[in-house]
Amino acid sequence: MAVKVIIPTPLRAYAGKQESVEVQAATVAEALTSLTSRFGELKKHLFAEDGRLRSFVNVYVNDEDIRYLQKDQTRVREGDTISIMPSIAGGSRG
Amino acid sequence: MSGKLLKISADLVSRIHAHGVETYPYECCGALLGRDDEASREVRDLLPLANRRDDSPRNRFEVTADDVLLAEKTAREKRLDLVGWYHSHPDHPARPSEYDREHAWPWYSYIIVSVQEREPRDTTSWRLRDDRSGYDSEAIESPALSATS
Repeated sequence: MAVKVIIPTPLRAYAGKQESVEVQAATVAEALTSLTSRFGELKKHLFAEDGRLRSFVNVYVNDEDIRYLQKDQTRVREGDTISIMPSIAGGSRG
Repeated sequence: MSGKLLKISADLVSRIHAHGVETYPYECCGALLGRDDEASREVRDLLPLANRRDDSPRNRFEVTADDVLLAEKTAREKRLDLVGWYHSHPDHPARPSEYDREHAWPWYSYIIVSVQEREPRDTTSWRLRDDRSGYDSEAIESPALSATS
């Protein structure tokens, strides 16, 4: 199924400067794998070394947070839109 | 240095300082709204936000994804871009921590103000490197920081 992945502004430089990328996928996991195999530089900004999504990276399917769906196994349908949104965190102590 | 220059007015720098003093000894945080082009980046407005880390606000801050969406919407309404974030380090140097690095993306400007005993001190800006290995310091051009930029 063709789904659209919206690329957040800070990561567009690693996705051919595109605002969105169309991928073929049946789940969110497949969509993100397809995206990062096409644009390898994106991978380290979305996934930690253990292969999990970084804790501050949020993924939505048609504005629904996948944490409240089936996480990365959330199924996607033709024409769905996947958005990637950071939460911003930091602090003074290592 | 990241090679780019971050321009910001004295008024906006004072507003970041005032926010850091107001929330002291807790960390403050907010969004930087502005314009970005090949040569430079200019902060034109701020969106102060609530620090959502109720459990350890003295040395942590968090802006939720909902607040990030709000910041993007606010920027669009003002015909600006969301170009970065600011936060304070109460009684701690204005340098990014390892925790900052793990929770950052490249491209954004991250302004840090050190607030020592309720007094704003150093103000710095940083960009995460492409390979996530660390930050590069970003030069700030501001009349308010002519001695430190």
